Amino acid sequence: MGKNYSLPADHELFPEGTSRCSLTKFSIWMGLVGAVALWGLYAAFRVLAEGLGVTALDDYFGFGLWITFDLAVIALGAGAFFTGLLRYILNIDPLKNIINLTVIIGFICYSGAMLILVLDVGQPIRAWFGYWHANVHSMLTEVIFCITCYLIVLIIEYVPLILEQKQLNKIPVLHHIAHNLHVWMPLFAGIGAFLSTFHQGSLGGMYGVLFGRPYVLRDGFFIWPWTFFLFVISAVGSGPVFTVLIATIMEKMTGKKLVSWEIKTLMGKIAGAMLLVYLVFKFADTYAWAIDVLPRSGLTFDQNFYQTIYGKWLLWSELFLCGVIPCVILLTPKLRNNPVLFYSAAFLDCAGITINRYVFTVQALAMPVLPFDTWETYAPNWAEWGASALVLAYGAIILSLSYRYLPVFPQERSLNATKSN
Amino acid sequence: MQTKEFTIKWGMAIDLDKCTGCGACMVACQAENNLAPIADASNKIKVMNWITVYELSNGKPYPEHDVAYLPRPCQQCGHPPCVSVCPVIATDKNEEGGIVSQVTPRCIGCRYCMAACPYHARYFNWRDPVWPGGLEKALTPDVSVRPRGVVEKCTFCHHRWMAAKDKAIVEGRDPMDLAEGEYVTSCTEACPNGAITFGDLNNEEHEVAKLASSKHAHRLLERLGAHTQVYYVSRREWVLRQLDNYLEDEKVKG
Ligand code: SF4
Repeated sequence: MGKNYSLPADHELFPEGTSRCSLTKFSIWMGLVGAVALWGLYAAFRVLAEGLGVTALDDYFGFGLWITFDLAVIALGAGAFFTGLLRYILNIDPLKNIINLTVIIGFICYSGAMLILVLDVGQPIRAWFGYWHANVHSMLTEVIFCITCYLIVLIIEYVPLILEQKQLNKIPVLHHIAHNLHVWMPLFAGIGAFLSTFHQGSLGGMYGVLFGRPYVLRDGFFIWPWTFFLFVISAVGSGPVFTVLIATIMEKMTGKKLVSWEIKTLMGKIAGAMLLVYLVFKFADTYAWAIDVLPRSGLTFDQNFYQTIYGKWLLWSELFLCGVIPCVILLTPKLRNNPVLFYSAAFLDCAGITINRYVFTVQALAMPVLPFDTWETYAPNWAEWGASALVLAYGAIILSLSYRYLPVFPQERSLNATKSN
Repeated sequence: MQTKEFTIKWGMAIDLDKCTGCGACMVACQAENNLAPIADASNKIKVMNWITVYELSNGKPYPEHDVAYLPRPCQQCGHPPCVSVCPVIATDKNEEGGIVSQVTPRCIGCRYCMAACPYHARYFNWRDPVWPGGLEKALTPDVSVRPRGVVEKCTFCHHRWMAAKDKAIVEGRDPMDLAEGEYVTSCTEACPNGAITFGDLNNEEHEVAKLASSKHAHRLLERLGAHTQVYYVSRREWVLRQLDNYLEDEKVKG
């Protein structure tokens, strides 16, 4: 049989029965993303070589863009553990059509967050001290343990997908490994759910225990601060729709249908239900904070806000525009089935969680607690943006390669066959 | 909230009515503790000062205008916000006279302790320390220099306590029962107005214990429950009101 020269040069590597754009087009795309990654690598190099002095962080804002970014991507990456839990433990079978993507996104979010943390800690070479000299009282210790263990779980979940690549899967031993890992997946999904719940919670707990910072202090529910639970629920209330948004962006870019509308709206409905639970607690929490934590600290509600960047509009946007409105849309079948409304709701949901992580990280530190202190403001500089862009570019590279060569979307063949019929 | 208590509790009483804001304490601290000068010190929240002097104002127009100066070293909290959060126990509140320690070789530079401290008493080494013009020859030999990427803070010149204890041991005295003035911090020593009094808060003989229990003594952000070991003394009500977040209708104690 003669060669078909109209196919891309690397077509032998594509998943069974799928088509992809030409290698040239793909290379141009990878080149663009690669340029962003190079800029980020330069920023990362400068930070590691010269120290954190090259960032805009200072003694007031020890936590800045990177921590906000980390917390946001980790919350949005929660689609991985939560969908895994629903698919493997609660047996919601249709989710098998999106589970691969959630695993990849989870992997990108967690490994990206680790990458940023390497830059963000002043002494990255000592990072293992978190295990060696662990302070069991620190929420951050729990985060360090869970985040590294969970990343390992995500790698284990990702490996079978790589081994299922058409050519690799022809090798018997790899085929068997992939198959056997699949059999064990419910176990890893369970471990992942456990680890991720605890570390999402500990990220919230990290703030809730700061009794010197009334803006974020939320004292205990037994041994946990209230924010422990808020962070977990908000993550599962936004992670699933983030996965949907990524899938949709990939569809727009590739011109293919990858995930059916039913699956997307199912994910939306799940996220909406969790968002509702979150909002009930979040409103109660905000009320308790305003009438209990603040007066106890000698502060008024108004004192916690400042000008535009730390203004009340952030709180109202988070609660209503990015909370109540998307929740109503996602939970009302009629509204949810309207694609424009659905995607807007998904976007607002993710934006709300990002605002939440921003105010907890930056506004909490900007707010003067000493009565004679003043509001300070913080704007990240190029080094911080560069490193964040590096993670985004890294994510785009992993996703692009995975989509091109791995069988990520089980529905791709049938959905696109129907389209061409 | 549990407070850690020890036999000796080193503490400070700073008389805000005596402080003129001259900054001698800041300079003394800088020299004593080997704080590297920063190339660009124009960013006041990225500089290195273990003790900072704040200017307080009563906010009234002249002629009622009044100011006070408030030196702020590490408050050496009895219930420190920073200690429990550190993931690697690089900072601790131990029996060393109730001084919150900072073990720089163990610090990973996560800056969580800085986020926790409402007093802004913790500082990060943003860049490699550089001593220009041979200044490194004047470093205090008892104080280690800190590398880039770790957090540091005031230790009440802990090395001076070590030296005082050593001296007492050599002289055959009890190192845990030092007389007043045998161990003082460099800022205490440098203050030209005698605004800073230093000593053992648990020792009734020490002046600082008397000052701390006076009705004019208050602590910073008392209501947050950090149980600090630094007391501020003033006879001016507006000054005392600025030490904690008093709500409009609340009366100042004392
Ligand atoms: S910066 Fe250092 S001392 Fe502070 S919490 Fe992190 S490891 Fe502990």
